[in-house]
Amino acid sequence: MENTAQKFVTIEGKKVAIEGERNLLELVRKAGFNITTFCYQPELAVFGACRMCLVELEGKGVVTSCTVPPKDGMVIHVNTDEVRKLRRINLELLLASGNHDCTLCEKSGNCKLQRMAKDMGVTSVRFKSKNVKTQRDCTSSALVRDPSKCILCGNCVRVCNEIQSIGAIDFACRGYKAKIATAFDKSMCESKECVSCGQCARVCPTGALTPNSAEVEDVYKAINHPTKKVAVHIAPAVRVGLGEIFGIPAGVSVDGKIAAALRMLGFDYVYDTSFAADLTIVEEASEFIRRFTEKDHLPQLTSCCPAWVSYVEKFVPEFIPNLSSARSPMQMMGPVLKADFVERGGKREDLVVVAVMPCSAKKMEAKLDKFYVDDNPDTDHVVTTVALARMIKDAGIDFANLADEEFDHPFGTKTGGGVIFGASGGVMEAALRYAAAELDPKREGNVIFESLRETKEFREAELKVGDIKVRVAVTSGLKNARKLLEDVKAGKAHYDFIEVMSCQGGCVAGAGQPQYEGWKIRKQRAKGLYADDAKLAYKSQDNKDVMALYGRVLDKIGGPKAHQLLHTHYKSQKEAK
Amino acid sequence: MLNKDLKKITEEFNSQYKQIAGRITICGGTGCVANGCMKVYEAFQAEMKKQKVTFCLEISKECQGHYLSLSGCQGFCAHGPLVTVNDIFYTHVKPEDVPEIIEKTVVKGEVIDRLLYHNPATGDVCEHKDDIPFYAKQQRILLKDSGRINPRDIHEYIANGGYAQAKRVFTEMTPEEVCKEMIESGLRGRGGAGFPTGKKWDSARLEKEPKKYIVCNGDEGDPGAFMDSAVMEGNPNAVLEGMMIAARATGADEGVVYVRMEYPLAVRSIRAAIKQAEELGILGDNVFGSGQNFRIRVMEGAGAYVCGEASALIASVEGRRGMPRVKPPRTSSKGLFQKPTVVNNVETLALVPKVYEMGAKEFKKIGTEKSSGTKTFAVTGHVANTGLTEVPMGTTLRQLIDNVAGGTTNSDGTINKDAFKAAQIGGPSGGCLTKDQLDLPLDFDSLKSVGAMIGSGGLVVMNEHTCMVNVARFFLEFTKNESCGKCVPCREGTDQMLSLLTDIVEGRGTMETLDTLEELARAVQKTSLCGLGQSAPNPVLSTLKNFREEYIAHVKDKTCPAGVCKALAKYRILADKCKGCGMCKRACPVGAIDGQVGKPHQIDANKCIKCGNCQRTCKFGAVTR
Repeated sequence: MENTAQKFVTIEGKKVAIEGERNLLELVRKAGFNITTFCYQPELAVFGACRMCLVELEGKGVVTSCTVPPKDGMVIHVNTDEVRKLRRINLELLLASGNHDCTLCEKSGNCKLQRMAKDMGVTSVRFKSKNVKTQRDCTSSALVRDPSKCILCGNCVRVCNEIQSIGAIDFACRGYKAKIATAFDKSMCESKECVSCGQCARVCPTGALTPNSAEVEDVYKAINHPTKKVAVHIAPAVRVGLGEIFGIPAGVSVDGKIAAALRMLGFDYVYDTSFAADLTIVEEASEFIRRFTEKDHLPQLTSCCPAWVSYVEKFVPEFIPNLSSARSPMQMMGPVLKADFVERGGKREDLVVVAVMPCSAKKMEAKLDKFYVDDNPDTDHVVTTVALARMIKDAGIDFANLADEEFDHPFGTKTGGGVIFGASGGVMEAALRYAAAELDPKREGNVIFESLRETKEFREAELKVGDIKVRVAVTSGLKNARKLLEDVKAGKAHYDFIEVMSCQGGCVAGAGQPQYEGWKIRKQRAKGLYADDAKLAYKSQDNKDVMALYGRVLDKIGGPKAHQLLHTHYKSQKEAK
Repeated sequence: MLNKDLKKITEEFNSQYKQIAGRITICGGTGCVANGCMKVYEAFQAEMKKQKVTFCLEISKECQGHYLSLSGCQGFCAHGPLVTVNDIFYTHVKPEDVPEIIEKTVVKGEVIDRLLYHNPATGDVCEHKDDIPFYAKQQRILLKDSGRINPRDIHEYIANGGYAQAKRVFTEMTPEEVCKEMIESGLRGRGGAGFPTGKKWDSARLEKEPKKYIVCNGDEGDPGAFMDSAVMEGNPNAVLEGMMIAARATGADEGVVYVRMEYPLAVRSIRAAIKQAEELGILGDNVFGSGQNFRIRVMEGAGAYVCGEASALIASVEGRRGMPRVKPPRTSSKGLFQKPTVVNNVETLALVPKVYEMGAKEFKKIGTEKSSGTKTFAVTGHVANTGLTEVPMGTTLRQLIDNVAGGTTNSDGTINKDAFKAAQIGGPSGGCLTKDQLDLPLDFDSLKSVGAMIGSGGLVVMNEHTCMVNVARFFLEFTKNESCGKCVPCREGTDQMLSLLTDIVEGRGTMETLDTLEELARAVQKTSLCGLGQSAPNPVLSTLKNFREEYIAHVKDKTCPAGVCKALAKYRILADKCKGCGMCKRACPVGAIDGQVGKPHQIDANKCIKCGNCQRTCKFGAVTR
């Protein structure tokens, strides 16, 4: 029997049940009409600016489906002549509004505006092109802004405000002069607020905001250098994102294909950042055990996300003493590789270290002064997952059909603890795996900290060893982090160790990854990492090559040599008021 | 809580008012200020001192002699500065006239004929305001006090029955009864959309949230409309009283008057009125002993037209960028700081006390069935009496233009009723009315039915020498600049429409341009987010509908029938009129004119830059365009 309380909307003759959807657009999409829109992002407030989600609502005429709450008995038409005409006019207006030379655009092939024009079959625009060539802002090593490609959908502004609570950018000026600008219209590198997380680029439908990809050229130069050796290492999240660009389903780990492709591209050493992640755990978790025993600045805060570290330095410097002094995996890998290279008789500057990261903030991190020895950086170049995919395509490599290859050892050896770094909660889980074994050597079997894996915005767990209780919390997204720190400060939350990743969902959802919308894809990517984890050794101290490194290069865990290479310091960047 | 009973205040004021020997009122509205009324005001003070005529500037225990005060806008702006001595009404008064006025009119009661209004149509001389057709043919309910009383003296407002209705609703009526009365009156919002005020109040009243706001929308921005500034300047207490009644109806305890900062006089006037009302205990805690608090503050807008849209206005009050947001939720459930908020326009709120004073039934008798009450119209353009008028809803355009505004004029200012070509009503959001629509009743629904709107009540009358394409272009340029830039059709569409219209007036248009323009205009109308974008194409669509042949002349024949569009002008010398004097040849800056003395000259169209010097210098009318 049909449930009489169930409410329905009729979409193109088909009855669709209303199940808590916040607007007609979600229902229309549920009905299988995946209308392309620019300003609608499921996790952000409804903005209603692009006017692309037009549908015909019987009795009301043409409406924007994203702004209408569903009501029982509504009758919707999606593809009427009028709707199609109106959508086309609005699209033509956007195509005329700026510089939309697709062939010369970073975003070509992955641009919603381009896709929509293609799908609608737009081959000419009736309106005068206002292709005003504005200055591209390339001042930030992390992100490039090209206002002439901006269609003012406002996604970047909302993500920066609503998800990150930063507000580094907003609308400025009115009408046809409206634009997105930083405070006082400064360049990106001068912005006092931007933490380079790149979530703005992740939600940008066009090429107006993109991770800076200029370094790709430097990487080619290094590869083709007659004497220099080039080492490359890929971050955990890269293996579950890159495949999507080559038609492989999200969440399928393609690390073996990546290793093969990197060799084909000419890299001399092909490593895995997960190795350094294991190293990070050894350093960071032992730091935690010390701090926990000494009650020294708790909660300890993780430090592997550069945007999060930048956030602490810029907005809540009072928490700097709480940040773990351990460097991020990328910044541990660089000096370790270079020290090892020198150990083997090479010159530091003759090893070029390239990191493939799912992230824009990593680009900023690598360029920080503190990560240079003389004039030589610990990490020479950072390219994103998407940029690597481009290099692979450019070289004509048939990625999808590559046979898997191994990473080089020892710096390609990893445990599951290192791999799950790429998902929110992974660092904490890996740290607990390490700490549980260190604090309770007699413990048998593996403890799985399922509650830390991404299910909700705030997660917590407790590790009990005898009468010791370690309370940990995990969150991602800087607005969530802000709230957590406020609670800690107000004495409302009591934790010993907190993991924060600036991107919601962790590195799998970083700005350097293929663009995605909604929760599904990023959860699949995380799943892929946990699947890899299940095939590998459980805890970071089981990484024999990491432990061997201590004997060979680093000396003691947390010792002076380790500190020199693997730890760092922080400085308040907050403006004095 | 009131410090002194309203009756007591009235008695005191009246007894003091009796002490004065006479009253001199100078119109202090923005129009008259621009015409130099402040100099006249100063001249009165200086000259009365010189002539030893006793005078006072405020009503007080000590006042004596003549009471000299500034009033709010009296509406007869074309004839300002306006000075009223007792009931003698002078127009076009200059400071030089002041000694004579004092000597003859103030002291002796004599009338100076040359300063009176002479009706150009009949030759009648009008001694009193009510003799002037402009005033006689209006029904001034809202504007009655504005222009008569001193807006800076709350006591005079009270002595004229002010705040009695606020007191009544707070002490004798329940919020439900207040809403019911308003619903019955049929009053619809005067800001443009015409939403029923009572319904708006009632939905805010029904909200459970204890904190509510009343916002007065004084962000008047239509070019040529100035009724809200006139009311705020001339009768600020009526606005405050209206807000108090709305507060009672909804249970709000805080009010905000949002005034654009380009209205400094209005800001000062409202602020002064709030201060006086607070001092008397009218505003503040425990209003009229009801237990309900109500306070009002003024917020100055930074001059964005779009902030007249309720949700953009609220964003602006909250300190955010003035951009409209999507609805629902309506502001009456989630408005200022996410609390239920009633946003009413100035004119609406100022009418509120009148509704309760007259009673809903009486009020509803004015106007039409579905548009009750009176409406102000700011009449400008080619009419004899530009100014601020108030007529019952449903008055026809012809009645308003001919009877009140004194008729359409030629470009030289002479009255010529046949010269009427069109009237743009409702500002840039409105539409054009034609000769055929002169007998259309001016009310919400009649105007909507012809694709125009009452808007805030701006009315621009245009004579035959107006190019309708250019008019559409003018209004579109305004909306294009005032779009907030949020939604695509409004931001990009208005810009592209303007570009198409520019092509047309500059001779680059084709019939295809017209089709594109029309299709685009409809798309902007249908798909824009807020009222600004949805109504921005109205001037284009209504001129395209009513004056299509003019558009076609521009694109097909490349001529402007009204002779306005410069780029389409073709200067020619009429051989039969040309005497060959050579004046035009000398005046031409580019040497485009050739001809022998005494013989007809010619213009080389390829060289001509269309500056018009030849036409202006020709004494024989031999140059046409």
